[in-house]
Amino acid sequence: MDLSLSDEQKQLQESAERFAREKYTFDNRRKIVATERGWLPENWAQFAELGWLGMAFSEEDGGYGGGPIETMIVMEQFGKGLVLEPFLPTVVLGGGMIARAGSADQKAALLAPMIEGKKQFAFAWLERQSRYNLADVSLKATKEGNGWSLSGHKGVVYNAASADEIIVLARTAGSAREPKGLTLFVVDAKAKGLSRRDYPTQDALRASELTFDKVSVGADAVLGKVDDAFPTVEEAVDRAIVALCAEATGCMDAINAATLEYIKTRKQFGVAIGKFQVLQHRMVDCFTNAQEARSMTLMASLKIDDKDPTVRAKAASGAKVQIGKSGKFCGQSAVQMHGGMGVTDEMAVSHYFKRLTMIDLMFGNQQHHLTRYSNLAMAA
Amino acid sequence: MDLSLKPEHKAFADEVRAFARENLSPATREKTFSGKHYDRGDHIVWQKALGKKGWLAYTWPKKYGGPGWDVTQRFLFENVLAEEGAPRILPFGPKMVGPVIYTFGTEEQKERFLPGIRSSEVSWCQGYSEPGAGSDLANLRTRAVREGDHYIVNGQKTWTSFAHWGDWIFCLVRTNTEVKPQEGISFLLIDMKTPGVTVRPIIMTDGAHHVNDVFLDNVKVPVENLIGKENEGWTCAKFLLANERLGIAEVPSSKRGVSMLRQIARIEPLDGGTLADDPAFTAQIADIDLQVQALEMSELRVLSTMAQGGAPGPEVSTLKVRGSEIQQRIAELTMEAVGEYAQPYQPGMLFHDTNETPIGPDHAPPAAPRYFNMRKTSIYGGSTEIQKNIVSKMVLGL
Amino acid sequence: MDLAFTPEEQKFADEVRAFVRANLPADVRDKVKNGKHLIRDDYMRWQQALGKKGWLVYTWPKKHGGPGFTPAQRYIFENICAEEYAPGIIPFGTKMVGPVIYTFGTEAQKEKYLPAIRESTVWWCQGYSEPGSGSDLASLRTKAEKDGDHYIVNGSKTWNTMGHWADWIFCLVRTDSKSKPQEGISFLLIDMKTPGITVKPIIMADGGHEVNEVFFDNVKVPVENLVGKENEGWTCAKFLLANERLGIAAVPQSKRGVEALKDIARVEQDNGRPLIENQSFAEKIADLEIQVTALEFTELRVLSQMAQGGQPGAEVSGLKIRGSEIQQRITELTMEAVGEYSAPYLPGLLWQGTNEEPVGPDYAHLAAPRYFNTRKTTIYGGSNEIQKGIISKMVLGL
Repeated sequence: MDLSLSDEQKQLQESAERFAREKYTFDNRRKIVATERGWLPENWAQFAELGWLGMAFSEEDGGYGGGPIETMIVMEQFGKGLVLEPFLPTVVLGGGMIARAGSADQKAALLAPMIEGKKQFAFAWLERQSRYNLADVSLKATKEGNGWSLSGHKGVVYNAASADEIIVLARTAGSAREPKGLTLFVVDAKAKGLSRRDYPTQDALRASELTFDKVSVGADAVLGKVDDAFPTVEEAVDRAIVALCAEATGCMDAINAATLEYIKTRKQFGVAIGKFQVLQHRMVDCFTNAQEARSMTLMASLKIDDKDPTVRAKAASGAKVQIGKSGKFCGQSAVQMHGGMGVTDEMAVSHYFKRLTMIDLMFGNQQHHLTRYSNLAMAA
Repeated sequence: MDLSLKPEHKAFADEVRAFARENLSPATREKTFSGKHYDRGDHIVWQKALGKKGWLAYTWPKKYGGPGWDVTQRFLFENVLAEEGAPRILPFGPKMVGPVIYTFGTEEQKERFLPGIRSSEVSWCQGYSEPGAGSDLANLRTRAVREGDHYIVNGQKTWTSFAHWGDWIFCLVRTNTEVKPQEGISFLLIDMKTPGVTVRPIIMTDGAHHVNDVFLDNVKVPVENLIGKENEGWTCAKFLLANERLGIAEVPSSKRGVSMLRQIARIEPLDGGTLADDPAFTAQIADIDLQVQALEMSELRVLSTMAQGGAPGPEVSTLKVRGSEIQQRIAELTMEAVGEYAQPYQPGMLFHDTNETPIGPDHAPPAAPRYFNMRKTSIYGGSTEIQKNIVSKMVLGL
Repeated sequence: MDLAFTPEEQKFADEVRAFVRANLPADVRDKVKNGKHLIRDDYMRWQQALGKKGWLVYTWPKKHGGPGFTPAQRYIFENICAEEYAPGIIPFGTKMVGPVIYTFGTEAQKEKYLPAIRESTVWWCQGYSEPGSGSDLASLRTKAEKDGDHYIVNGSKTWNTMGHWADWIFCLVRTDSKSKPQEGISFLLIDMKTPGITVKPIIMADGGHEVNEVFFDNVKVPVENLVGKENEGWTCAKFLLANERLGIAAVPQSKRGVEALKDIARVEQDNGRPLIENQSFAEKIADLEIQVTALEFTELRVLSQMAQGGQPGAEVSGLKIRGSEIQQRITELTMEAVGEYSAPYLPGLLWQGTNEEPVGPDYAHLAAPRYFNTRKTTIYGGSNEIQKGIISKMVLGL
């Protein structure tokens, strides 16, 4: 048992921290939000150069042999800076699924260029009715000659506008909500019959609604086995959840630090408002919440490689519950202690608050994961 | 970073488990899992067995007769014992006064007191709080006046756990009233058999007798029983508190509590099935289960810092705060699981070895008393409010 | 005691409902029902209809042109307006400055200002908070210096709601900086068209513009615009605050909010079933509904006291605390119900009333902005920390 970072991991932490601090000042970030893509290609190129895009992949897959701890380290700093580059959809989700389920050809065609910073991905799973059930998929893929034809709708697909390929979860067999009968397809973002409606999200990321109208793909577009995508998707989403948890931990550290600074300097009734015990105790509760979030993120990052899918699922859900709870507490408290300033656009806290709020809603909120964890724990 | 255990640690855990199975009396073990109260014998017999093995003072360095374990071994030891249903080690000797004596005491004091603590031959209790000095401990007024080679001690201590079992008490006493409150306090060891010491039980809301008032009426204490320098007792008190805070989160016993709660939910009937079929209730168990895990990981993070030679900061205070809230929540959910059958008050089932049949299921009698009793956890050892003040000042700089 | 309405009250309820149905413009009703943002004209059309009927200032006594409703009638009026999706009455004229003027103003002031408030032909806003004076309002520094028959006003106000739509502003200004903070404040009415006034928008976290900073640069205000005596404005401020706290609990709006939430939960899908059939979620709604009921009955108890001629005490602060928390909880659960479809941010649809298609259902894009925006309710009108401070001091005597 050892919970300390290696020297290399410490260096990674320092360089990610420096990136977020230097490239994501409040004003810089605002400029990046206003660009057409909503993120900067030069930053993405820097990620590639620093090896961040390949760090979590095995050497045989062309990566650098790291794992979830490296992802955790980088995502945490991304949370501190509210970094906008699409690391989660491209590397953690897209790269993760290709590494797990892709053929040698697919890895060469997709993963290698991704690690070099030349390809980006989006993961389209959600539909209007899905809520948090990953198997609630009705977009249909039907056989068409050697290949397939995809028709249906996907919603809130992050990074779809910038992605080169969309990884689509489609139903190839079975009935609604049945985990069996799902297949993953790698679809060219410019494919004929695929139309997009792009929009920003509450927390200044970019997402799209996608409509597939008889989009034709070849047999080689199938990622993994036909009808058997669910375990791949579930594992990839669990990994994405743990990465999100790390991002949330960074957000909480930042929002707590900003609030602490504010209550030390803001004066009312002739004293810094941090002198009032009611705010002191609330601040301590924020601190404790962030500590617990960090602990659970660490736990999940250490267990997400476990061979037993139940251990993995419990770890991811457990951490997501904590992040939902702590993120809400820290976010709401930060706003309250900032007073009206906390909900103005000009203060960083409101942006962290929005991001923490959206993180809770992604891939299942606190309630969803509490139920999932509970069911797994009672079954044991 | 790695959560897995090395082979030697696995072997160690097996050894601890085998020891517990061999040495823990089945009656004591049964009391743990049915939630009954232990008597003095349950504690002492078990602690003496540990003492004989050299494991009672398991946090002590080798130099003072401890086993010199690393943090992983400590962690495993605590967890395995909790899983096996061992009573917690009463902390007053091995975790409180022992480390104070080996840190601040003279060679004579170490020789005189440490062996009895390691072997559990001598039972200790703690004389800190007073009727007028609770959260504001430094306000204590029990006086020790020097008279030749003795102190004459007068005053009253309260909330003294297990004073009725104690052979010795360690006390904070006032030796100087002229200076700032913290600067006139001394740390004194008093033999409970000394004339003038009276113990009066305080019966708690669940009917249990754990704590006492201790009256000190012209008690003559030899000056060689003073630990550290006169008027510097506050230093010992702070050291003791910091030492105490880590284990006080009680993670291993909360883990056991959660698994017992799941067991109860599988037994308790509901709508023709069991409570385990009620997703609203099992979600609450899941929630507390996760809180325990978060606390455990936080504690492991602190231990890992310590293993690298770092000192635990005042942020360990948050462990005590969360630990006590969690203990309370487990007791609350357990009572909720029992439902209406938590209402019959069955002291016989709790305090004595009786053969009477419990009203309701076996796990029912302790449910409500335990809930009532656990309210103390956010009050003792520095209330939650005091702990938050400490973090606010020491960690956040407010 | 009787919860049922008398036949007269029942008749009154029918009358209110018929009036709202006949006079609330359909487009305004739709906007309220669908949670869209209203523009100045939307409010004005509805308020002028109420004004014509004599109901806009429904809390005013007959003497000043109010309808002289009983507490039961007020309750009925507020609830039916909310049920029928009428917009909330903007309080700055009707509930804030109006009562101050008829209580502390001269006859000339009453004649000049009250009719336009009653008829909603003049839009008022409030100039209280300043950048350095939030919770500690009495520390305000906007200065008004006497210069012949005018005051010259310099300073700035912030968190000024809807000031960009306002004709007049009522301000707390400092007229004496030598005495205690509360004793040098005056209550001044200022025409927003006076030269030297600049309104600067504050953009909130949800991208919306509803509050402003207002800057005063040598603004010339006639002395006859002073309400009450010079340096006694704090009395008006306290009176206004006590008046404001009652309605601020927003119970009728929250009742409507819970119904809207249920409607959404009936439409939203969860594992192929309506979300409202998800037990955990249904329990959260139930919990919220119970909270609303508790608040409503507390408010009814206060109203009943007032009907007997009693004054609402400082305990009405409790209504504001719970009311604001409930409003927040409704938005939180609504966002939870919408799930990932809360993520799309559609400012055009939200703020500019463009015709773009919503992403997901109609209500989805409103959920998150609402949640962010409603965080203000525990901050404005005296933050909940301040309210608790008041209760602790005034009610509990701490």
